Amino acid sequence: MAATLFQKVWDLHTVRTLPSGQTQLFVGLHLVHEVTTPQAFDMLRQHGWAVAFPERTFATVDHIVPTSSQKRPFLDMMAEQMMSALEHNCLEAGIKLWAPDSENQGIVHVIGPELGLTQPGMTIACGDSHTSTHGALGAIAFGIGTSQVRDVLASQCLSLDPLKVRRIEVSGRLSRGVYAKDVILTIIRRLGVHGGVGFAYEYGGNTLEAMTIDERMTICNMSIEGGARIGYVNPDETTFAFLRGRRFAPAGDAFDRAVAWWRTMATDANAAYDDRVAFDASTIEPTVTWGINPGQSVAVTEPIDAAPGDEALEFMGFKTGTRVQGTRIDVAFIGSCTNGRLSDLEEAARVVRGHHVAKHVKALIVPGSQAVRRAAEARGLHEVFIDAGFEWRGAGCSMCLGMNPDKLEGRQISASSSNRNFKGRQGSPTGRTLLMSPAMVAAAAIAGEVVDVREVLEGVPA
Amino acid sequence: MSAQPQASSSPAAGPVAQVTGRGLALRGDDIDTDRIMPARFLKAVSFEGLEHHLFEDDRAADPRHAFGDPRYAGASILIVNANFGCGSSREHAPQGLARAGFRAMIGRSFSEIFQGNSAMLGVPCFVAGGAEIERLQALVEATPEAMITVDVATGMITAGSLRVEAALPPALRDGFLSGQWNPTAMLLQDFDEVRAVAARLPYLTGF
Repeated sequence: MAATLFQKVWDLHTVRTLPSGQTQLFVGLHLVHEVTTPQAFDMLRQHGWAVAFPERTFATVDHIVPTSSQKRPFLDMMAEQMMSALEHNCLEAGIKLWAPDSENQGIVHVIGPELGLTQPGMTIACGDSHTSTHGALGAIAFGIGTSQVRDVLASQCLSLDPLKVRRIEVSGRLSRGVYAKDVILTIIRRLGVHGGVGFAYEYGGNTLEAMTIDERMTICNMSIEGGARIGYVNPDETTFAFLRGRRFAPAGDAFDRAVAWWRTMATDANAAYDDRVAFDASTIEPTVTWGINPGQSVAVTEPIDAAPGDEALEFMGFKTGTRVQGTRIDVAFIGSCTNGRLSDLEEAARVVRGHHVAKHVKALIVPGSQAVRRAAEARGLHEVFIDAGFEWRGAGCSMCLGMNPDKLEGRQISASSSNRNFKGRQGSPTGRTLLMSPAMVAAAAIAGEVVDVREVLEGVPA
Repeated sequence: MSAQPQASSSPAAGPVAQVTGRGLALRGDDIDTDRIMPARFLKAVSFEGLEHHLFEDDRAADPRHAFGDPRYAGASILIVNANFGCGSSREHAPQGLARAGFRAMIGRSFSEIFQGNSAMLGVPCFVAGGAEIERLQALVEATPEAMITVDVATGMITAGSLRVEAALPPALRDGFLSGQWNPTAMLLQDFDEVRAVAARLPYLTGF
């Protein structure tokens, strides 16, 4: 019978139906970081449970690492304690850890695909809601809580209910200056921040097919911002080419056998979906958020349509009917698991080259991983950014969330390539976040205010 | 391996058939886990003390915030609106609520991760219609001392003469009733079946 990738992967990894009626699902790849796991390891110790499949768990550190200097011990005692706990737990359990002094440390959702750990047809879990990112390679990947991390460590399994599948078809060509970030912000705006509850999102259509894996990751990453715990794209030639030669990807004949199997895991042509929606990519414009959740967005040139007195409008200091374009910014942040990959830095550099950051703006470039940082430096991108007045940082989550020294202060406004504009998200309870593509952030950093990147790109070679 | 797990981090153990207590009405859609538990309080290696930091920034910004309202002291049933607990998967948010004494939540809808994390702590998140939530919130705001009873098997919520129907996903409901809401022990039973699944996965066997 015709089936979706979600159904095929779910069935393949089902151990059995539990007495509760939930499914016992095997987790093919478990990724851990320092924030959501120390309590899980403690629970295991309290029960005397061992880690069942230590070779299927991989660890790195991302949320709490300082990005200006990653020298140990960290100046922040609590951050150092969390780092030490992770090192101790991984050593004791026999789990591979990429710490700051290793060359592969980075944001967990950047390094998984980068190392070829993330592969089509897998189930992937991590104590982090942006685990949906890995769906870009045709995996079924989702965030879990700490008690579930304990379950995966103890049994390599989870107790879960299956999801429905919504096909999101995106067709047509994106205009210049319009990126994957604009596509996902537009999808969330239309379907709502809880429109995806109960669903896995399957993204497809010729727009997605034409996208790189990096772009697909940006889209899948923010599925959770639309309420969908899982987002994925069916594996295709782009996926296979991305994986070839990566450290943990199969090699030689095994790679060919893997490709043959990966093809069979894609959704069948006549599979039934629980819901379908369509988007026309050619109508999507550079998009920015104006509110306090990622569904509250507009095209950069479009008036904000919220009613006067709206909580989000008041918090952000915007007025009904005004545009985000022209908003003076204090901080520009390019990085995060959404948009901290090499291609994001390349797009930003294209905008930045030959210009300088506005005097009043603090501007940060935070590569998503040490490998991204090295690759960018090999291309000379760091010089473009440093010459323009950006700070060139080490790999980590940085200003996406307030768990490390990179934070907004007071009511500062940040143009940010990250994923959440929640109140307080960037470390100041009254700080304000405008989400947008990396190119838009770069353009805003230079202008000192939110601008339409399409105007900046006029005259820049494609 | 067969020992019944005792979730030391959670306030309850064993079957959860009924929750009775006073309510706290928190209004607003899309209240995310960053607001419930700001990220700076995640900088710790245990969940201890999180109950003191619930909505810390929201409370500072709004002196009339429900979580700072003394009339609700001792409440154990939280009544919220749509998409409560969206955003980050941090279990620190439901841990804080559970440690503050909340034993059940009733809302228009919950983020899946949040609802699952709460279930792992023995705290059911019931879903009810918008009109029903409004009536419950209005009742609790007018009479915070009113006792509310939530019946897990039927989903019936009773508060004085007010009766409201709510629902839990069937598997979560059955787990609470049987006491198997903490699944680790179940997942560890018949581990040969788990090994058999691992043995049939092409990516674990060299394709």
